[in-house]
Amino acid sequence: MDLLTQPMPWYIAGPIIGLTVPILLILGGKMFGVSANLRHACAACNFGNVEFFNYDWKEAGWWNITFLVGSVLGGFLGGYVFANPEPIDLAASTVTDLQALGINDFNGLVPTDLISWEALETPTGLIVLVLGGFLVGFGARYAGGCTSGHAISGLSDLQLASLMAVIGFFIGGLLMTYLIYPIIL
Amino acid sequence: MKILEYLKYLLIGTAFGFILVKSEVVSWFRIQEMFRFDSIHMYGIIGLAVVVGIISVQIIKKNNIKDTKGNPITIPPKDASQWKRYIIGGSMFGLGWALLGACPGPMFALLGSGITVMIIPILSAIVGTYVYGMLRDSLPH
Repeated sequence: MDLLTQPMPWYIAGPIIGLTVPILLILGGKMFGVSANLRHACAACNFGNVEFFNYDWKEAGWWNITFLVGSVLGGFLGGYVFANPEPIDLAASTVTDLQALGINDFNGLVPTDLISWEALETPTGLIVLVLGGFLVGFGARYAGGCTSGHAISGLSDLQLASLMAVIGFFIGGLLMTYLIYPIIL
Repeated sequence: MKILEYLKYLLIGTAFGFILVKSEVVSWFRIQEMFRFDSIHMYGIIGLAVVVGIISVQIIKKNNIKDTKGNPITIPPKDASQWKRYIIGGSMFGLGWALLGACPGPMFALLGSGITVMIIPILSAIVGTYVYGMLRDSLPH
């Protein structure tokens, strides 16, 4: 039981996540990428008849949507049924930096100051949840993939395009962390 | 049997979501730690995942390994000449990733872990994807 609730070290999780690529390729000829499902969702309710979403989403996406339902179930098992009761063992310098920005609650997977139904009623929480989600969706499709499609699958296939996308991910991430977050928090 | 096909992807997805949570990849805190270069944690996970991915893909290509249905495995190449979309789109994604502390896979795993408010960024991400689809022809690629 302890084995299921304790966190998994990075050197075990990394290789297993990497194995998702050959497993999906060999078991179904599928290329691993989560954000394609956001496009399938748009295709499923394409009321505005936007051309980018005019395709047979059931045919193209049934396997990936099923994979995504599995991910929700896996999240339920890992984060609810077998949840780790301890706070995350973060680097001390990160904790100090975040405390300076006003983050006080380090329990759980996410800070309730920013990510909770209560936080949604605050301007900062609204920006984090609504604008954050919007940018992830818009940016992933604009870049043609997200962390799984580019950083894992694309780099696994040594695609230059994916390396450029990952560089983009870090340009945006560093701008947010060092310039924008200190303003909005 | 179609039902077995569904079950296959459901199980792979379940393992994926479970590991995302257990390795704390889904954590806003871990993403902050990564962008502050304070720990090897996230770099170790992504780095080892890519190493395993590269070796696997090379083995598949060198040996012309077929998938379980007997079809040749092909990976469609991405057009690297469209550098603008990768840098601009990627930067927008990175802004969102650091702000929300979650990328698409973790958003759904977190929803499953009981953080129900994640339905808001998920819906926002679908809206974001839709707006991209509407503006696509007028954006630099």
